Amino acid sequence: MQAAIAAFVGNAPLRDGRVAFGIAPLVDNGNAVPMTVRVDSPMTEAEHVRSIALFNELNPNTEMAVFHLGPRCGRAVVSTRVRLATSQRLVALAKMNDGTCWQHAVDVIVTLAACIES
Amino acid sequence: MARALIFAPKTAARGDVIEIRTLIAHPMESGQRSDGQGGLVARDILRKLECRYDGVLVFSAELFAAIAANPLVSFNTVATASGTISITWSGDNGFAQTESVMLTVS
Repeated sequence: MQAAIAAFVGNAPLRDGRVAFGIAPLVDNGNAVPMTVRVDSPMTEAEHVRSIALFNELNPNTEMAVFHLGPRCGRAVVSTRVRLATSQRLVALAKMNDGTCWQHAVDVIVTLAACIES
Repeated sequence: MARALIFAPKTAARGDVIEIRTLIAHPMESGQRSDGQGGLVARDILRKLECRYDGVLVFSAELFAAIAANPLVSFNTVATASGTISITWSGDNGFAQTESVMLTVS
């Protein structure tokens, strides 16, 4: 996960804050977990979110999704449904148009995992 | 053709921020599942979603195997002028589909 975060962030400063990763802390079914990412940004031409990335620690693939936004989005809120292989830490990162990156990490507990197949 | 749905308001006032929710029927086969014969089921996922408002790209998403089957993606856009909002999904095995809705801005 650290390598994927480093690839997304590059040389930009990475700080905690401004990003709110909304996901249930206790997940019943890892096959479809609703989640929302909100970024505190006015979404104007001068100041907006360029992209939002989601990474996980213990799924077979580290990347979950990358969203590309712009000033025409109006509000930096995206939602989707993801798969979680097991209890783990997830990170949402937002890259602003001024180059700064912000993150929010959450720990989730998954009771029924996705990817369990006999 | 997969069944796809776009939930968006039909009318909006100029400058309003509207929410667009998209849903498409797709298995998002992750490429990790066993096929029961010692191998793995080949990966078949959607890799990209793009939203164009009157032809201008306003939002796009790169999707990976961690996105659940029947991908739901919701986002927002500013209602600038009456026009078409079209969503294009593309993915493995040459999958490509576009659906559109009309938005009237007053």
